[in-house]
Amino acid sequence: MRENPADLLPELCTLLGAVLGLLTGMFVPRQRQWAAVLVCALGVLAGLVSAAFAVPGPRVMTFDAFMLDPVTHVTRVTVLGSTLLVMALAFKPLRGHRRETEFHVLTVFTALGTVALGASSDLLVLVAAYLLASIPSYALAGFGKDAQGTEAALKYYLMGALFGLLMLTGVTLLYGLGRGTSYETLGRNLPDNTVVTVGAILLVAGLLFKAGGVPAHFWVPDVAEGASPVVAALVTTIPKIGAFAALFRLGAEVTPHSWALTLALVATATMTLGNLAAFGQDNVRRLLAYSTISQAGYLLVPVAMAGRTDLAEPALLYYIAAYALTNLGAFAVVVAVGRDRIGDYRGLAPRSPLLVLSLVICLLGLIGTPPTAVFVGKVLMLGAALDGHYTWLAVVAAVNTVASVFYYLRWIVPCFARADEGPVPSRPAAMVAYLATALTLVLGIGSGIALSLN
Amino acid sequence: MTVLSLVIFLPLAAALALFLLRLGDRAAVWTWVAASAADLALVAGLWIGYDDPGVGYEENARWIPSVRAGYHLGVDGLSLPLLALTALLFLCCAVYSLKQARRTQRARTFAALFLFLETVSLGLFAALDLLLFFVFFDLSIVAMYFVIAGWGHGDRLRSALRFFLYTFFGSLALLLGFIGLYLGSSPKTFDMVELARNPPLAGSPGLADLVLLAIAVGLAVKTPTVPFHTWLPPAHTDAPAAGSAILAGVLLKMGTYGFVRIAMPMLPDAWRRYAWVIVIVGVVSVVYGALVALAQRNLKRLVAYTSVNHMGYIVLAVGAAGLAGDGAARRLAVTGAVTQMVSHGLLTGALFLLCGVLYDRTSSYDMDEYGGVAKAAPVFAGMLAVASFGSLGLPGLSGFIAEFQIFTGVIGAGTTGAAVAGGISVLGVLITAALFLRVLQRVLLGTPGTLTAEVTDAGRAERAAIVPLLALAVVIGIAPRFLLDLVEPVPSAVIALVAR
Repeated sequence: MRENPADLLPELCTLLGAVLGLLTGMFVPRQRQWAAVLVCALGVLAGLVSAAFAVPGPRVMTFDAFMLDPVTHVTRVTVLGSTLLVMALAFKPLRGHRRETEFHVLTVFTALGTVALGASSDLLVLVAAYLLASIPSYALAGFGKDAQGTEAALKYYLMGALFGLLMLTGVTLLYGLGRGTSYETLGRNLPDNTVVTVGAILLVAGLLFKAGGVPAHFWVPDVAEGASPVVAALVTTIPKIGAFAALFRLGAEVTPHSWALTLALVATATMTLGNLAAFGQDNVRRLLAYSTISQAGYLLVPVAMAGRTDLAEPALLYYIAAYALTNLGAFAVVVAVGRDRIGDYRGLAPRSPLLVLSLVICLLGLIGTPPTAVFVGKVLMLGAALDGHYTWLAVVAAVNTVASVFYYLRWIVPCFARADEGPVPSRPAAMVAYLATALTLVLGIGSGIALSLN
Repeated sequence: MTVLSLVIFLPLAAALALFLLRLGDRAAVWTWVAASAADLALVAGLWIGYDDPGVGYEENARWIPSVRAGYHLGVDGLSLPLLALTALLFLCCAVYSLKQARRTQRARTFAALFLFLETVSLGLFAALDLLLFFVFFDLSIVAMYFVIAGWGHGDRLRSALRFFLYTFFGSLALLLGFIGLYLGSSPKTFDMVELARNPPLAGSPGLADLVLLAIAVGLAVKTPTVPFHTWLPPAHTDAPAAGSAILAGVLLKMGTYGFVRIAMPMLPDAWRRYAWVIVIVGVVSVVYGALVALAQRNLKRLVAYTSVNHMGYIVLAVGAAGLAGDGAARRLAVTGAVTQMVSHGLLTGALFLLCGVLYDRTSSYDMDEYGGVAKAAPVFAGMLAVASFGSLGLPGLSGFIAEFQIFTGVIGAGTTGAAVAGGISVLGVLITAALFLRVLQRVLLGTPGTLTAEVTDAGRAERAAIVPLLALAVVIGIAPRFLLDLVEPVPSAVIALVAR
C-alpha cells in the first residue's frame, strides 16, 4: 500500500493556505484583510503548480482511497484554476467586507472538497468529500444574510441534505452487495442485478445534486438568482467538476448494472429540461443557471459512455475544463455589468465593446461554436456517444444544442440595441471575463496540446 | 506559414488592424477594399502558379493529433475557382460599400465582420480536414447572423434568428456525419484526402446510409434545396445588399462544394444507392424554386428563389453523377455543376447588389412600384439586363455554359429516368426566362411607377463593384476554356471515386 504524503501535495498546499488564511484573517484589521486573501490565493496557486507537476506521474492509488490518474489531474487543475478565477472575481465586491476572509476561506474549502470528490475511489471517502464540498457552499449561498440569499441557502441545504441521505442509502446498499467500499472491490464483487441498479441510482442521485442534473437540479436557478453573482458563478462551476469526475470514475471502475442506459436517460432529461426551462427566462442569472443544467446534460453523455469507448474519458475531461472556463467567463460578465434583467444589457455594446465580445464568445462557446474550447469538447462528446453505439443520444444532444441557440441569442441581441443610458461595468470583473474568454479560445485552438497531455 | 495560409488569414489580420489602429469609418472601408484587393491578387497568383492536376500549395500541420485532425490545407481544380470567386466577390462588396460608408452605421465593425467572413469562406474552400472544414462552416453562420441582425432591414432579427437556427441545425447534422466518417474509418482520421482514398464504412451499408443522410441533410440546409430552403427568402430579403451577395454567392456554395468534396468521394456506395433521391430533390428544387420565384412581387425575394432553382441544377448534376451510365456524360454534368457554382456566384452576386442599388434610393423592393427605370437610370438598366439574361441562361454568358453542360450530362447519362429528370429541369430554364423577362418589363420598361422618380443611376462605386462581376460572366460565357481546363480534372477524379 502506498502512503506517500507527497502524492497529496496539491491538496495539502490548498488546505494549508486556507487554514493559514483563516488565522491571518483573525489577526489583521478589517481594512487589511487582503493579506489573508493573499495567503489563501497563494495556497491555491501552490496547489495548482504542484498539481500541474504531478500530471506526468504514473497512475497509482494512494492511501487506499485516492486515485492519481488523468481524471484526478484534470479535476485538480480545473478546480484550483477556477477557484483562483472566482477569488479574483470576488475580490473587489468583498473588499473591506467584515467577513471578507471567511468568504475566501469557504471558497477554498469548497474547492478542496470538490477535488477530493473527484479523486476518491472509495465510497466512504466520497461521502466525506461530498460533505466537505457541500457545507461551505451552503454558507456561501446565504453569505449576504439577505432574504433572497437566506431562502436560496435554505433550499440548497435542504436539497443537499435530502440527496446526501439518498446517497448514504445507496452507499449502504452497495456496501452490502459488494462486501466492500473501495471501487476495486465493488467492481469485482457486485452482482449484475436490479438491486445494484437501485443502489447505484441512489448513489448517483447525491452526485447529481452536486452536478446540478435532473431530478436534483431545483436548487440551481434559485441559488444562482438568490445568492450573490460571484457565489452563483462558484456553485454552478466548481462543485460540478468534482461531481462529474466522481460519476465518471464510478461508471468506469465499478460499472454497475445497466449504467449506460440509466445515465443516458438522465442525460436526456437533464439537457432537455434545462433547455426548455431556459427559454422563458428574463433574468440572466436564471438563464445561465438553466444553461448550466443543460450543459450538465451534455456532460452526462461521456459519463454514460464510461467504459464503453476510449473517447469517453478525454471527452469528459476536456468538456468539463472547457465548460468551467466558459461558464465562469459568462458569469464574470454578469458580475462586471452588475445587472440581472436581459433588458438591462441594452446599449452595452457601444459602451464596452470588449465586454460584449467576451459575452458573445462565451455564449457562442456554450452553444459549441468553434474555435472555442467547448466545441472540441462537444465533438468528443458526440463522438463518444456514437462510438458507444448510442446514436440516439448523440442526436438528442445535437437537437438540444440547436434549441439552446434561441435563448443565448435572446441575451446577445439586446446588447447591440441603442439605449441612452446603460450599466457601467466594473473593471476588475471585466478583466476576469477577458481572461476566461481568452483562455477558452486558447484551449480551443491549442486543444491538440491539451489532449496529448493525458 | 505558406502562401495559402497567408491568403486565408490576411483578411482576418486586416480586421484586427481596423480595431487596433482605431481607424475611422471611411478609412476602415478603404482598408477593407485594400485587403480584399491584395487577397484577390494573391489568389490570382495561386491560380497562375498552380499547374499539376493534384493538390497544390498543400500544408499539413498537427492540430489535434489524438483524433488525427490536422490543419490540412490545399487547393485543386475544384477549390481554386471557388477561392477566386470568393476573393472577387468580397472585393466587389467592399467597393460597393464605399458609397455607403458614410451612411452605414458602425461601418468599421461592418468591414471587420466581412473581412472575418472572407477568412472563414476562403478557409472552408481550402480545408482538407473535416474538422477544419466544420470550424469554418460553423463560423460562417455566426458571422452572417451578425451581418443580417446588425445591418439588415425589415424584420431583420427574426430573419437572422431563423437563418441561424436552420443552418445551425444543418451544421450539427453535418458534424454528426463527420464524426460518423471518423469513427468508420480505419485508421481513424478526419483527413479528407485519406478518407477519399479509403472510403470509410465500406463494409457496413446501413451505417454508411445513416452517415450520408446526416451529411446530406447538413449540406442541403446550407445549399439550400427543397424542403430545407425556407430560411433563405427571409434571410436574403432582410440582409443588407453586400450580405445578400455574399450569402448567395459564397455561403450557398459551401453546401454544393461539400457534396462534391465530401459526400461523393467519401461515401461512394451510399451515394450510388441514393443517387435517385438526390436527382429527385434536385429536380423538385429546380421546378419549385422557379415557380415560386415567378409568383413574387418583391424583387429581392424573387432573386432569392431563383437561387433555389440554380442550386437545384447543381444538386441534379451531382445526383446524376452517381447514376450508372455513360462516364463521359457524368463527367460533363459535374463540370457543369462546378461551372454553375462560379456562374451563380457572379450573376446572383451582381443581381443582389443591383437590388441594393434600388433599395438604396427608394427603400422598396416592390416591382409594381417601378417601371420605366431604363430611361432614368440607363447604366443600372444595362447591368440589370445583362445579369438577368445571364441568370436565365442566355448563350454568351456563363449561365449558359454551366446549364448546357449540366443538361447534356444528365440527359446523356443513358438511363430513361435521367433523361426524364433532365427534361423536366429544362422547364426550369423556361420559367426562369419568363420571370426574368417579366422583371425587366416591370422594372425597366413601361410607364413610370410611383417610385421611379426617386431612382437615380448607379454611382461610380456601384458600377465599379458590379461591372467586373458581369464582365467575368461574359468572359466565361464566350471563352470558358481557362476555367474548364482548370476544372476538368476534378470530375474525372470524382467520377472515378464514386464508381468504385
